[in-house]
Amino acid sequence: MNQLLKKFPQEIKKILAKYPPDQKRASVMPLLHLAQQDRGYISRETMAEIAEIAEVEVTEVASVVGFYTLFHTEPGGKIRIQVCTDIACALRGSREYLDGLCAELDIKPGGTTPDGLVTVEEVKCLAACDRAPMFQSQMGDELEYHEHQTVARTMDWLRSMMASLRLPESDEPLSLEPEGGDHE
Amino acid sequence: MSELWLLRHRQIPGLNQLSNYLQHGGFESWKKAVTKLTPEDLVNEVKNSGLRGRGGAGFPTGAKWSFLPNTIWPHYVVANADESEPGTFKDREILEFNPYQFLEGLMLASYAVRAHTAYVYLRGELWHIAHKLDERIAELTSSGYLGDNLFGKDYSLRIHTHLGAGAYICGEETALLESMEGRLGQPRLRPPFPAVSGLFGYPTVINNVETLTNLPLIIDKGAAYFRAQGTEKSPGTKIFSLSGRVKKPGNYELPLGTTFRELIYQHGEGIINDAQIKAIMPAGASSSLIPATEVALDTPMDYESVGALGCALGSASVIILDETVNASTVVSDTIHFFKHESCGKCTPCREGTFWMARVIDRIEAGKAKEEDIDLLASIASQMQNKCLCALGEFSTVSVISAIKNYRADFAARLEK
Amino acid sequence: MEKQVTLKIDGRSVTVPEGTLIVDAAKQLGIVIPVFCYHPKLKPAGMCRVCLVDVGRPQLDRASGAPVLNEDGTPKIVFGPKLETACTTPVSEGMVVWGATEKVMEARKEVLEFLLTSHPLDCPVCDKGGECPLQNLTMKFGPAESRFEFDEKSHNQKRVPLGELIILDRERCIHCGRCVRFQEQIVDDPVIGFYNRGRALEIRTYSDPGFDSIFSGNTTDICPVGALTTADFRFGARPWEMKDKASICTQCPVGCNITYNVRREARKDGRTVIKRVMPRQNEAVNEIWICDKGRFTYHYYESPERLTAPLIRRGDELVQTSWDEAIRYAAQQVKAAGSRLAMVTSGRLSNEDLFALKQLADVTGGKAILHGTISGGEAVSLAGMSPGSDLGTLAQGSTILVFACDLHEEAPIWWLRVKQAAERGATLIVVNPRTTRLDKFATHRLSYAYGNELDMLQTLQADTGDIGQAVKEAENLVFIFGSEGMGLSASAAVAEQLALWLERSGRRGKPSSGLIAVWQKGNEQGAWEIGYTTDERLAETISAAMGVYICAADPASEDPELKIALQRAGFMIVQDLFLTETAKLADVVLPAQAVMEREGTAVSGERRLQYYSPAVPAPAGTRPDYAIIRAIAEEAGIQLKGENTADLFEQLTDSVEVFKGITLKEVRAVREQKPALGRSHMYYGGTSYENREGLGVTLPLRAGALRSSAEHYQPQALTLESGSLLAVPITRLYDRGGTVATSGMLQQRIVRSLFSLHPADAELFQVKAGERISLRLDSREIEGEVDINIGQPQGVVLVTRSMGALLSAPVVVKLTVPQRSAVNS
Ligand SMILES: Cc1cc2nc3c(=O)[nH]c(=O)nc-3n(C[C@H](O)[C@H](O)[C@H](O)COP(=O)(O)O)c2cc1C
Ligand code: SF4
Ligand code: FES
Repeated sequence: MNQLLKKFPQEIKKILAKYPPDQKRASVMPLLHLAQQDRGYISRETMAEIAEIAEVEVTEVASVVGFYTLFHTEPGGKIRIQVCTDIACALRGSREYLDGLCAELDIKPGGTTPDGLVTVEEVKCLAACDRAPMFQSQMGDELEYHEHQTVARTMDWLRSMMASLRLPESDEPLSLEPEGGDHE
Repeated sequence: MSELWLLRHRQIPGLNQLSNYLQHGGFESWKKAVTKLTPEDLVNEVKNSGLRGRGGAGFPTGAKWSFLPNTIWPHYVVANADESEPGTFKDREILEFNPYQFLEGLMLASYAVRAHTAYVYLRGELWHIAHKLDERIAELTSSGYLGDNLFGKDYSLRIHTHLGAGAYICGEETALLESMEGRLGQPRLRPPFPAVSGLFGYPTVINNVETLTNLPLIIDKGAAYFRAQGTEKSPGTKIFSLSGRVKKPGNYELPLGTTFRELIYQHGEGIINDAQIKAIMPAGASSSLIPATEVALDTPMDYESVGALGCALGSASVIILDETVNASTVVSDTIHFFKHESCGKCTPCREGTFWMARVIDRIEAGKAKEEDIDLLASIASQMQNKCLCALGEFSTVSVISAIKNYRADFAARLEK
Repeated sequence: MEKQVTLKIDGRSVTVPEGTLIVDAAKQLGIVIPVFCYHPKLKPAGMCRVCLVDVGRPQLDRASGAPVLNEDGTPKIVFGPKLETACTTPVSEGMVVWGATEKVMEARKEVLEFLLTSHPLDCPVCDKGGECPLQNLTMKFGPAESRFEFDEKSHNQKRVPLGELIILDRERCIHCGRCVRFQEQIVDDPVIGFYNRGRALEIRTYSDPGFDSIFSGNTTDICPVGALTTADFRFGARPWEMKDKASICTQCPVGCNITYNVRREARKDGRTVIKRVMPRQNEAVNEIWICDKGRFTYHYYESPERLTAPLIRRGDELVQTSWDEAIRYAAQQVKAAGSRLAMVTSGRLSNEDLFALKQLADVTGGKAILHGTISGGEAVSLAGMSPGSDLGTLAQGSTILVFACDLHEEAPIWWLRVKQAAERGATLIVVNPRTTRLDKFATHRLSYAYGNELDMLQTLQADTGDIGQAVKEAENLVFIFGSEGMGLSASAAVAEQLALWLERSGRRGKPSSGLIAVWQKGNEQGAWEIGYTTDERLAETISAAMGVYICAADPASEDPELKIALQRAGFMIVQDLFLTETAKLADVVLPAQAVMEREGTAVSGERRLQYYSPAVPAPAGTRPDYAIIRAIAEEAGIQLKGENTADLFEQLTDSVEVFKGITLKEVRAVREQKPALGRSHMYYGGTSYENREGLGVTLPLRAGALRSSAEHYQPQALTLESGSLLAVPITRLYDRGGTVATSGMLQQRIVRSLFSLHPADAELFQVKAGERISLRLDSREIEGEVDINIGQPQGVVLVTRSMGALLSAPVVVKLTVPQRSAVNS
């Protein structure tokens, strides 16, 4: 049974209704967004479920996942920090900011802290060039822009987020302590 | 401050609430169009206004609409809200703060080409805005501005949003269509043009968010009113996204033909630390590095004048470089951007951006020789006029102009 | 007539139909404009940019539309600022194209330099070396050396299996997308695709099994570099070391033209062996494509299981013997049996073999029987395809009816040809009780209950709506029928009905119109033309005969009743490549030769007579079928005409009406194929082979009146009690038939489930996909894995043929689930 269809029958119906009935393929991207918001990333099974709904081959869904940078095939941190380093932001220090933030968290851009909480990514223009350095945070289906950032400001914010976040399987408050080692 | 139109929300708070928008004449143009005007009237009015596309190419909007054949149905309209050019952040402001005016514009464009379905293609990062737009569209539908038999007339219209997912190339209109159809965002061959075979193979108009946001004004106040601002060939106001080394970056709505100097020094309040300005990039990462000479500063920002400087006005995302900035670093940024965004479909762009990145990395790492600067320029010019779409061509512009105008910046990075 | 356009390329004038692309127009003049992403069978993509040329168009006066003239009176030509891609730009009147100016050559060199920056240049070890368009075009047009720093090359995976059949070398891939577009546009199997973007773009498959398409091998032919290779050929040989031997694929009735690439192999004691199978261009048959069954099954010829010495029965055992003894023994039996000899053969033999055996039957007065699962060849002889036919010409205005078969599984290239005809606008009517892969392209899709074939045909013929109209008004009318769910008599009746309908529609004998049977073997039509018929009561015939002589057939493994009859037969002579179930019962077994070891002719389902030549020497100890037949006859004192294949062919064309007057020379004659794509045009079409060995000749129709057995044939009424199902035989491509099972390559693709049920029945019987079930029919139990298929009717269990279930026509069965009943009892 198609788990995605089972969980979101209404949403999927709405998505399909946006496009002509003979153009089900157009629903691939919206379905990927739906699944990723729910599951955090796109697994092979998810691709197969979407392929079934959109009536295309799994490979065709996979191709779409591979082309677009916002689709992830692996679970990332609970909080995704996406820093824009494009030229306009770079001119206002975003690259240094990113390096500083990564050093603080002891990860490389694209990496996730060993506790699986924070992923820091370098992304392309987020259309906030006038308020750089900036990042966009993503937690589940919540998305927020954070402008005029410094490493210290970001870390403060992260700590406050941590306090409110708890791992589902344990009552331990989340730590932000790097566990050492080199992680990608 | 003179009256803003596109950024009207700055003068009228809460314009992103339907009641407020309605209070300020919202959807009057829409009602007028559907109840009193024919689609041809709309096309003609927009043709007369001289409105040119704000998405980059500056193509006359009315003319674009008139290319749709009346023998193939249905027609579609797609609003291009992919805004991904580094340095461009104007559409986002409209979508967030003046969304109804944009939607009204989209509705007018749809009526003008007799489309019954319109889509808004938003870049994936803007999904919160897309959700909000969905709500607003639902609101408009329940208030009778969208749906069937509008204003008791035989016209129906539906609008849907569609999210991209992180691909600059999807701003290119045919890649955008591919992406909408659930495929990789790779540009299509042209012809056929979208006006004949676009979305799902049907005639399609693709217009930029800002372009569309102009329409309610034109229909409300007429072409002549619109033409009163801007220049003869570039009428109207335009949002200039100012960023880089200026004190007050931001969006500025100014008449087309305003000079760079006014934008940078009056509105942007000059250069950070009052440093010396070095160069202007008028069209984001896709533009030349134009040395900020007096002549350049006094150039009016319209499609023709900026073109005469050897650079397109594009979406008017003006990035300012000052003396603290090394042109080689800027070029490194733009090359890496385009390498990351190349869709991979055509050889020169796929391989060329990759190769340029290898060479600029060597330069930036202090491991290059003098010949490498020439090699870099040569790769860029070797790519020119060979790519399938404009992205590949865009990637060469900053490289060639930077090496031409600021070779010393590169030389300073060479192996000692 | 299409509008013609005249233009000039490199100073030479050429006239081509409007819409022709510059690259194709140039090709007609013999001017090479290099291409990588373009392929004449695919839609232009304009991706690689190597085909850039300078294009000028006459300047037209804005007001009058008349051409503006130069001072000397010639039209003024304006050239654009940019070069244009010759592969995407259609020609126009008065166009002037320069394909070799300095500007163009420079651009070409530059694009090649770009391509080579990411190419490993491992030509010395590459399979494509020597037949590589990239290598050739680089030598011709490329830069002398690249300015790309070798150390900066990024390296990529060299061996990525896209499934077990096709291997990808990611480093060599130039991202032309030919393979991806072939899978999507031509065969509608988009199971490989691009992943990532920019320089990271790579080909991937996510299907299960990987690269799940029965046409996958074709991508290795059209790949312009050595990125895609077949698992069995990869690193197998260098192209220039191999010879090509023209042949015909006999795996199905399509008769695809192929070339065997052979080489003497030191490791195999200097024997010549087949290194690979390549399509051989024949636009009227298979264009430049073949299916994977045709490409990969050939390995059966080198199976260690091959028989290489005659065997003779000593008590319960078959022991090796000499040819002399074997022949002597067989001859004695044949002589003794006289007219009470039953000769059973199949569509696996060549016309020459069949003719030899037929002569023997004629002289002895014995019976010559064609063994198969489908009948109706006589109707096809009378109303089939006739000279001048080409399925490739069917388009708008033509009508194709496909009845009771699954072309994708049974005759893949016909599926493709029919699909393409539908895409060109032909009306396609697909009539089958279950869904098939052709439905998607059908204009009309109808279904009936198994067993009601004739009623369905009656209904169709009575139709006055769209279908009736489409048949009535068709310019060309093609009826294709199979034996899905039918036994011999039913399929014969269907064939006769269809033939009559064709005649009534006035299309009998019209080129590109006619009746086509989806035979199970390569030369069944040939057998019918030579005078063989099927026998519905084969078991009785065998039981009544004094002995049987079986050539290239294996009835014992196909029908339990036949097996019993054969066990009781007086004596039994069997000629085969392998010790089949039938051969195991024989008194004498004679080792024969495989098609690639033989010369011969065969008649395809479209009635095209085609020639094949030997590619490899036959193993010592084997003989061609006709030679064995002749030797036995001679020993029995019967002189048969025709000493060798050529001789037999002449005798055949002398004595059988439809073959009269046809010469081998004609069969082996070639005409230029358009577009010219074969070997010497490799940069353009890929590595498929030019056809130098013959395009074949379509036989004229046999004269005579059509028969209608519909009156005397009454379908047996099968009544279903509750708890019972109708078991129906169907054909699948990768079954356990002799050559697939012994080839070794397709093992993983062989269908796993013997049975298939509708979900409602699955629920009723509480079985799940993948479970084993058992069917009881008569006194037998057959057991196998079950699959669930929503596209089939309820109350029916589909049973795949050639998988050991031994079902020749629909029967009523009881279903049980073995483990559960074991627990219950
Ligand atoms: C690489 C590339 C990226 C583009 N990105 C955008 C974009 O983000 N937004 C946009 O409106 N137009 C973009 N365009 C221009 C569009 O292709 C198209 O011209 C425009 O949407 C037309 O709208 P307009 O006529 O209203 O300007 C881009 C073009 C190219 C070649
Ligand atoms: S220039 Fe070519 S590779 Fe680059 S984005 Fe356009 S089509 Fe894709
Ligand atoms: S672009 Fe013409 S052959 Fe590739």
